[in-house]
Amino acid sequence: MSLPLYLWQRLTAAVMAPLVLVHVAVIFYASRKGLSAGDILGRTRGSLMWASFYGAFVAAAALHAAIGVRNVLIEWSPLGEGRAGMFSTLFGLLLLVLGLRAVAAVVLP
Amino acid sequence: MTARLQHRTGVLWIAALVHRLSGLALAIFLPVHFLTLGLAIGGEARLDSFLRWTDAPLVQLSEGGLLFFLLLHLLGGLRLLVLENLDWHDGQKQLATLAAAVSAVVAFIFLARAL
Repeated sequence: MSLPLYLWQRLTAAVMAPLVLVHVAVIFYASRKGLSAGDILGRTRGSLMWASFYGAFVAAAALHAAIGVRNVLIEWSPLGEGRAGMFSTLFGLLLLVLGLRAVAAVVLP
Repeated sequence: MTARLQHRTGVLWIAALVHRLSGLALAIFLPVHFLTLGLAIGGEARLDSFLRWTDAPLVQLSEGGLLFFLLLHLLGGLRLLVLENLDWHDGQKQLATLAAAVSAVVAFIFLARAL
């Protein structure tokens, strides 16, 4: 792995560690209360806090996952670095677009 | 087992493999997760019908498994960050085992409450 990609993967991991802990707490809270879609959207729609939290989470996860997938493809598949890089870039962009769309779906009023 | 593959029985090698496989599982799950949340674009009712489907025991079991993978990947990753950025500490094998144990306990608590 190149040095910049290695650093980005570690940086996004460090950023995501506290975000994952909060996300797990949210999962527990939502499952304990048995929240309906209305309950969830009532809390998230129009919230700048949730938009920033999950927007940052999605961006970090998309970059982290793309670099990870690239490493796995290079080591475990017959794809060369070029094709592995191309596939993982597309995968990262897909995650980013779907993720931001999901964030928009639950936070936009 | 040949000497070349001997290291594959070590706890830390298994920890690295588990970290990679849990990461792959999450990478496969993420697009589906995002698509599901995106249902809210189509209206509250669509998201609600999906949430009711997730109450099924088999789905709850899968969600418990994903939560387990998420925590496993998080704790395995934290172990790596500590290993690479702080002074070396003994007990890496114990840390790796602890990461798996804590992940399993949290996932079981989730399942016990959800089912």
